[in-house]
Amino acid sequence: MAEGTGVLIIGEAPGGELSLTTQEVLAAGRQVADGLGQELAVALFGDTLEGPARQAVAHGADKVYAVTHPSLAAFQVELYLSAMETLCREVNPGIILMGRTNEGREVAPRLAFRLGVGLAQDCLEVSVDAASGKLLANRPVYGGNAVAVLSCNYTPQMAAVRPKVYEPLEPDASRAGEVISFPVDLADSLVRSRVIEVVKEEAEGVKLEDASIVVAGGRGLGGPEPFASLEELAKLLGGAVGASRAAVDSGWVPANYQVGLTGKTITPDLYITIAISGASQHMAGCSGSKAIVAINKDAEANIFKEARYGVVGDWEKVLTALTETVRELVQD
Amino acid sequence: MPVKIAVLAKQVIDPEMPMAAFQIDAGAKRVVTPPNIPPVVNGFDENAVEAALQIKDAQEASVTVISAGSAFALDVMKKPLSMGADELVLLQDDAFANTVDSFFTAQLLAAAVRKLEGFDLIICGRQASDWDNAQVPLGVAELLGLSCIALGKKVDVREGQVVMERLIPDGYEVVEAPLPALVTVSNELGQPRYPTLRGIMAATRKRPTIWSVADLGLDAGLLEPRVTLHDLFVPVRNAECEIIEGDDEADAGRKLALRLREDKFI
Repeated sequence: MAEGTGVLIIGEAPGGELSLTTQEVLAAGRQVADGLGQELAVALFGDTLEGPARQAVAHGADKVYAVTHPSLAAFQVELYLSAMETLCREVNPGIILMGRTNEGREVAPRLAFRLGVGLAQDCLEVSVDAASGKLLANRPVYGGNAVAVLSCNYTPQMAAVRPKVYEPLEPDASRAGEVISFPVDLADSLVRSRVIEVVKEEAEGVKLEDASIVVAGGRGLGGPEPFASLEELAKLLGGAVGASRAAVDSGWVPANYQVGLTGKTITPDLYITIAISGASQHMAGCSGSKAIVAINKDAEANIFKEARYGVVGDWEKVLTALTETVRELVQD
Repeated sequence: MPVKIAVLAKQVIDPEMPMAAFQIDAGAKRVVTPPNIPPVVNGFDENAVEAALQIKDAQEASVTVISAGSAFALDVMKKPLSMGADELVLLQDDAFANTVDSFFTAQLLAAAVRKLEGFDLIICGRQASDWDNAQVPLGVAELLGLSCIALGKKVDVREGQVVMERLIPDGYEVVEAPLPALVTVSNELGQPRYPTLRGIMAATRKRPTIWSVADLGLDAGLLEPRVTLHDLFVPVRNAECEIIEGDDEADAGRKLALRLREDKFI
């Protein structure tokens, strides 16, 4: 097959809305496509896609492939993979970009292997190397202690972009773009994995991913009880509570509290850490916060290298006074 | 019929090592192996061993651990055996030093799984704590055409199916798929068991099977690297932390609240 050209984004439009992550990847893809002087296309998968296709054009796409089939109405991994593979072979792009969402982190590697190409996972930045015209991808490795710069040796060159790193472009409803209907054949026999039950473990109040203020606790809390104090402060601030992996692994809070490389990626305005040391793999989930507050008894802890405000001392005494003062302030 | 399980495991630099010991050889574009800090079995892969042993606790099963690398600390890689795994297969060759390229590593592991034959279930850690790629297990499933479910916190085998509790952002879902299958597991699976004294004794006596690239009979084209590493660096931290001080810790806490109000964060 001839070497492909153009940038193709594998997008997501659950529930008939273009996802925020796809908007972010469109911003990244626009830069890459402009750098190469090539077209930016996005593929969406579903049963009806008119709405999200228009949104994708407004967010920077030159072309939208609306990949439709009744079985694509909701995400099903084998069906989506098959549809993606069919489209990618037909379109033959030079570059494929995806979002490293919950679905993307599984689908991107599997698609790369089906296409026999390399993939740069979980990228913080994608750009075009001026000399070679190749895609360069920066990705954190060793739990965020280091950054690797990679390129792909085969086309399509593939990268999955970490959510909440790129800002979506300002949508422009007057932008023109072509929407191409791309129906696919999908045999029922492709389906191998079946979801037989969904168990929600939703925390009360504001969702961790959506909260503008997050109060998070770590190993230094020493047990589950102190999380009640964190809840109290979070509630006063209209925020949510998070935790480091150490606190989750100790069973103090449920898994969906976890912030970090293998937990949630959050970008609150204010991230208040209580007795969290700030290991790189934790910071990977919160380094996009506007400001970080560190309360820790160890003045040498890594968290003070990442924080804007810090208090060195016993977390319990600091937190009690902080909470009481916040209570007075919010009541005024 | 006993359930034949393979666990794919990787030897990594201890991610819990002090940050001061983390150094990069910029010329070689690799992380310097810290002296005096022994490597470990990747944490998520120990979760995978635990998942396999839980199945073996409940029904007749065998557990084979497979690892690829250029050099192994044998006492480290024997830990899964001392936890209760039955066999260890090491794919060891100077040619396997490239761990940046997931495609390459997945080809090696898939070839070993094919050569060993007959596995019902392959269990892997969700990602390795060094390159954090989270690609090799999914790639092995694709190369072998297996059913695949990612991010488990509980794995069971019943009636020719793997049944897994799989993490989703707001809880978990129970997913089933027909065997043969490959699943990845996360730390939410729970603490891996400690080796018993009896397990350690048994592991000491066991000799791993060691295969080189020639033993795997792979086509050279399949081992062509798919990615190139151009640079590896430690990111610069530019936060200037303002340490809030007070007469005592409570006073510092009060002043912190006032400072956050002043800067309009609260």
